[in-house]
Amino acid sequence: MSARWNRKDLVGLRELSADEINFILETADAFKQVGTREIKKVPALRGKTLVNFFIEPSTRTRTSFELAASRLSADVINISASTSSLTKGETLKDTAKVLEANHADIIVLRHSSAGAPQFLASRLKASIINAGDGAHEHPTQALLDLYTIREKRGKIAGLHVVIVGDILFSRVARSNIFGLTKLGARVTLVGPSTLVPREFEKLGVTISHKIDNVLPQADVVNLLRIQHERQRKEYFPGIGEYTALFGLTKERAKLLKPDCLIMHPGPINRGVEIDSEVADGLQSVILDQVTNGLAVRMAVLYLCGGISTP
Amino acid sequence: MKQTKQDSSVPIMDADAIRRALRRVAHEIVERNPDLKSVVLAGIPSRGVEIARRIAEFIRASEKIDIDTGIVDVAMHRDDVGTRAELPVVRESKLPLPLEGRTVIIVDDVLFTGRTVRAAMDAISSFGRPARIQLAVLVDRGHRELPIRADYVGKNLPSAASEKVRVRLGQTDGEPDAVWLFKE
Repeated sequence: MSARWNRKDLVGLRELSADEINFILETADAFKQVGTREIKKVPALRGKTLVNFFIEPSTRTRTSFELAASRLSADVINISASTSSLTKGETLKDTAKVLEANHADIIVLRHSSAGAPQFLASRLKASIINAGDGAHEHPTQALLDLYTIREKRGKIAGLHVVIVGDILFSRVARSNIFGLTKLGARVTLVGPSTLVPREFEKLGVTISHKIDNVLPQADVVNLLRIQHERQRKEYFPGIGEYTALFGLTKERAKLLKPDCLIMHPGPINRGVEIDSEVADGLQSVILDQVTNGLAVRMAVLYLCGGISTP
Repeated sequence: MKQTKQDSSVPIMDADAIRRALRRVAHEIVERNPDLKSVVLAGIPSRGVEIARRIAEFIRASEKIDIDTGIVDVAMHRDDVGTRAELPVVRESKLPLPLEGRTVIIVDDVLFTGRTVRAAMDAISSFGRPARIQLAVLVDRGHRELPIRADYVGKNLPSAASEKVRVRLGQTDGEPDAVWLFKE
């Protein structure tokens, strides 16, 4: 049966094998189809309790996990930083222990510190799903990106994927790099040298600071959001200059191959990293990514939450 | 001495017996369902899908009509997720929609506790509301845990709960068609 999966947690894509990643994507195929049914709900996780434990704000990831859990018949509670006792001085471990004492079976954790999900995973019996930890990993975002590429192009191996933007602070980029290289894609990172340092070459990727040279060879362009709320001045010249040098403008989009996919993890800054016409254009698969995110998260919750833990 | 499976197994059906049983099931389906166009044969992966294909072939040969077939995956509708050491692999269901007004015949290789069939009925209901659901199996070995009964049975096989029934089909298992009863 499923000897291909025996993990209770999903902390990152770095520790997964290509076979495990493919198994999640295949499982997501089956769950995607549930969304087309008259009754979009299956009893797979009936009786399980999932806690969305979001120490950092997030709407779309939290909503996607909440909907995924509901469609699997799990009960969901949401805890954000402001409603948790962390603000009263309780440690992360103690808060999580309290959640487990309340019989939480799955904890979806978004945290500003890299390594927080791993910390809990090794200490709790509950399944820990990383929904983004610091600048470390955001595995379900990368899995839905992989799923979308595979769905639209029929394969991942051999494709040339270009990731543009703030790589240094991006957990989405890191998880994507691990996933894409494991599945045999060629990855090029593009952005200002302050945000795309040479050290990333150790991960088996190519680095470029000239987007116009790279776009004509791309099969997929994944534009990361410019996180201006986190950006520090010394890394980043200015929004206008960024758009001029690295934004996917209408004119630049003409350099792309006609079948090149345009992706964005959202939320989009229209007119900054991508022009409106390009974001809404025929090559854009941004809304497919959202739909696929639901299927991928159902698969991850089913696989991690469904195995019996001793 | 290490025994092979065949040594401790009792052969129940060979390829000819399976073929004759499925041909009879096909005839019974034709007899019970005058409106064959409304029938959908929904196989449970993986052997149920192959058995449904074979039944559809027998119906095509005798009635000159192509009846609809589909796949109904039960893994995500099971009631024992989290209690089994190995998680059932989920697959995509494929049914001709809408199901309203249709007769869906669930097809599986072995009918045992009935829990898989219950899960299949739940899965079908999530796609719509068929006029009726029927059940066709190659082997009914008894030991039901739910009030479920097959409408079409290839072979009734009284068995002890400790025994196992092994079905092998060329297309799904790469072995000659056969049904065996064996003790572990």
